[in-house]
Amino acid sequence: MALDEYKPQKGGSELETDHQFKYVGTRPDRPDGFDKVTGRARFGADMYAPGMLHAAILRSPHAHARIVRIDTSKAEAMEGVKAVVTRADFSKNVPFAPGMAGEFWNILENVMAGEKVLYDGHAVAAVAATTPLIARDALKAIEVEYEILPHVTDVDEAMKPDAPVIREGAADKSVPEGMHPNVVRYHESGHGDVEAGFAEADLVIEDHFTTEATHQGYIEPHACLATLGSDGKGELWCCTQGHWYVQKVCAALLDLETANLRVTASEIGGGFGGKTTVFIEPVALALSRKANRPVKLVMSRSEVFRATGPTASASMDIKIGMKKDGTITAAKGEFRLQGGAFPGAPMEFTAMCAFACYNLKNVHQVGYDVMTNRPKQAAYRAPGSPMAAFAVESVIDELCNRLGLDPIEVRLKNAAREGTKASYGPTFPRIGLVETLEAAKAHPHYSAPLKPGQGRGISCGFWFNHGGETSVSLALSEDGSAQVMVGTPDIGGSRASMALMAAEVLGIPFEKIRVTIADTGSLGYNEISHGSRVTYASGLATIKAAQDAVRKLRQRAADKWGIDVEAVDWVDGCAVPSGPNAGDFDPLPLAEITKNMGATGGPISGHYEATPEGAGVSFATHIVDAEVDRETGSTRVVRYTVVQDAGKAIHPTYVEGQFQGGAAQGIGWALNEEYIYGPDGRLQNPGFLDYRIPVASDLPMIDTVIVEVPNPGHPYGVRGVGETSICPPLAAIANAVSNAAGVRLRDLPMRPSRILEELEKQQGDA
Amino acid sequence: MPEVHLWSGLRALAGGREVVEVEGRTVGELLDALVAAYPALKEPIEAGVSVAVDGRVIASALNEPVRPDSEIYLMQRLRGG
Amino acid sequence: MKKIHVTTKINGDTVEFLCDPRETLLDVLRDRLGLTGAKEGCGTGDCGACSVTVDGRLTCSCLMLGVEAEGHEIGTVEGIADGEELHPLQKKFIEYAALQCGICTPGILVAAKNLLERNPDPTEEEVRYWLAGNLCRCTGYDKIIRAVLDTAAEMREAS
Ligand code: FES
Ligand code: FES
Repeated sequence: MALDEYKPQKGGSELETDHQFKYVGTRPDRPDGFDKVTGRARFGADMYAPGMLHAAILRSPHAHARIVRIDTSKAEAMEGVKAVVTRADFSKNVPFAPGMAGEFWNILENVMAGEKVLYDGHAVAAVAATTPLIARDALKAIEVEYEILPHVTDVDEAMKPDAPVIREGAADKSVPEGMHPNVVRYHESGHGDVEAGFAEADLVIEDHFTTEATHQGYIEPHACLATLGSDGKGELWCCTQGHWYVQKVCAALLDLETANLRVTASEIGGGFGGKTTVFIEPVALALSRKANRPVKLVMSRSEVFRATGPTASASMDIKIGMKKDGTITAAKGEFRLQGGAFPGAPMEFTAMCAFACYNLKNVHQVGYDVMTNRPKQAAYRAPGSPMAAFAVESVIDELCNRLGLDPIEVRLKNAAREGTKASYGPTFPRIGLVETLEAAKAHPHYSAPLKPGQGRGISCGFWFNHGGETSVSLALSEDGSAQVMVGTPDIGGSRASMALMAAEVLGIPFEKIRVTIADTGSLGYNEISHGSRVTYASGLATIKAAQDAVRKLRQRAADKWGIDVEAVDWVDGCAVPSGPNAGDFDPLPLAEITKNMGATGGPISGHYEATPEGAGVSFATHIVDAEVDRETGSTRVVRYTVVQDAGKAIHPTYVEGQFQGGAAQGIGWALNEEYIYGPDGRLQNPGFLDYRIPVASDLPMIDTVIVEVPNPGHPYGVRGVGETSICPPLAAIANAVSNAAGVRLRDLPMRPSRILEELEKQQGDA
Repeated sequence: MPEVHLWSGLRALAGGREVVEVEGRTVGELLDALVAAYPALKEPIEAGVSVAVDGRVIASALNEPVRPDSEIYLMQRLRGG
Repeated sequence: MKKIHVTTKINGDTVEFLCDPRETLLDVLRDRLGLTGAKEGCGTGDCGACSVTVDGRLTCSCLMLGVEAEGHEIGTVEGIADGEELHPLQKKFIEYAALQCGICTPGILVAAKNLLERNPDPTEEEVRYWLAGNLCRCTGYDKIIRAVLDTAAEMREAS
């Protein structure tokens, strides 16, 4: 094939710019609303099967120990106990490899400990019994002998030469010589000459920041119901962001043929990245195989905290130089992230997102992925980006303060735009950062007067967004209604946006469309619902599947009229002749065509599958007013405004909801939430009482402004919206606190004790 | 011939070069050509890379076309929440 | 352990069940009676996902034993709608998109209904404090609070 036959899509090719929307952009009731307000929606733990057993998992009380001996015989002998499994019941064919290349081995090791337990809460054995109470009692009868090893839970400590080694040989080739074996991956990127850039600056600030690990905090604990026979065929029901991924991982960990395991995604009670994972599903399947009965396994809240994915914690050094006029001359960052006892802390995203909001001639960023004796980190909304934004946007704020410059003007002056060489390398296509800054500047919040004791902070944030493998089917019914089958679990109203996009293409009302989340037996592979990809990728596939159906509908009309299909247009749900030359026929509505489709060529359906790669990056600017109580050190957020580029808001209410939810999680991360480890390496706050997520009385209303700078990679211009909203809050609040109380908090969370400490220092200095 | 920009961490594996020219009409062909020219890049590429083509981040589709004048950056594989 | 016989009223119907004295009311509702509307988010009284009413009082069903239900009247999310007619709160929650994932919704509806029965005209602050025991991780509460306030206004007008 000649080179010029390739038609690369250089931005703009997907976008249907002249589109007048009829359904997209409206706010209908979500199709699954009724189920969810009546209690009949079935979530992970809401499924039961005849003859079902209940399972429970025995977990390590130690942060780091060698398993000398496990004796399960007493548990097995108990009445009502039907199966006990340990690591011996899983595949021996999953190869170890360094870094992320060995991810399946890492998952297996995390699902059930091998030679060592690596963190407090690491699974060691599991039991299935006739009742939950018997299963719990049986755990106590399992004897495990441990040889306790030295442990480390702090990222900076874990890099020191004398730190205990979590696992030899886990580092991949990216790591420079001479680093501690706990440093398992390394990233470096940037361009220009940062030292020359710093020399040009009028003011250079260099500072150190830390953020603690936080948990996604979904209210629904992980839950599943598994059935597997010794014939290798199984069924799995579970709450997950990606059931094809669960299918693939479980098959590998249990030596099954992937297609023989059918996985159905339940309704999902929150995920935020934390359910892009596999923890209990292979355990339930292994127990089911052994007991030859269905097995239900539900985590307790403390198990969720101890053994499922928190974020990475971070230790960061930032250096930024600025001229008196606000021009940033150079920026440099070093990001050390621990992601628990396995490779995978998203330090490369921390590094790549850190300075992505700015047009920088000189920028350099370095990231370290470090292992510690903590649970395996999991993705959490824009993984890696919020901590970077906290550090970088705090320094920029400090520079603005000291140079007497307006924080929005400075950001506008340096903002990345179309054509800017991104801090992580490529050139930005059309992006919407400037638009969010302008909208923030114009918002009444930005100029509203503050009360005494209050301060205002702003911050920007960035996330990539993602496409990924996607497959969608659409089938028309005789009465002219349509069923859409998508493979991405609906975490926050995505059925509604899919139905809107299908309605737009088919030209039939939203109410005539039913969207179902298909199981793994009904569609091809769909990547996990993550990376803000659902509205983008499943949406794009839904549009294309609907267009496929429309093409067939036009064909039927063309056949009926005896004209060429090219001479038939699709307008407002009807086939119409494309012009006077095509002939004089009355519009033929969709339902008229489907009514006798069986007799005119058979059922009509549409299908689309691909790996769409046109995801558009997104930016946000947040404004926050905070009040600091100088007596108690507690901080209250009194006003909050989110401004974010959505590309195109398909269902604006749910877009606002994503903005608000991300902001609220960011507020929690900034002020209250943290993993607290004791000197014994055990998690001290594995419950909602001591790990305090924001409650209704902690928060104000959260205002939203939806900016729409269309993404050229989607027919309607959609960018993802789920993740960017958690990036700005940490720094925005720190900046507000600094303006309210005159103290700069460099460590999260900004709990009262830390604020009081800073206030005392401030008094001492005065 | 397309020019591929490597992130700094990869440069040591490609003879210290920041930009390498390799033949290829798709993302997949480029990656194959990179490994052929610099075998040390095999491991990081297999561990997962995304490829930014003219500013669009291609996470997995090896069949995405590239043009001789496309701007191409290797990036670490994108994962989301 | 020997099971105990319990007689109670749930959403207006008399219900009898046998349960282990260690089982919570939430366990009984879900695992024995098939009423899975109440959810277990924590099992320790911190999240409110298991909210029910006991003789009209808002209660975490994970903190009460099944055997303690003897002789009491329990209300769950399954009893909020009047036949096919949704309760005004349920309608407003859909209209306002006061739920994203929906796992907190049953508990929040039970709690909010209980509030409006006591106080038909709550302030925003009163709604926020009343619902402070019901965690929602998805919404940031904004749309939930608006839905409750608007339902209250509408119900006042209707009565
Ligand atoms: S499950 Fe009862 S309060 Fe959380
Ligand atoms: S809607 Fe998901 S927890 Fe409230």
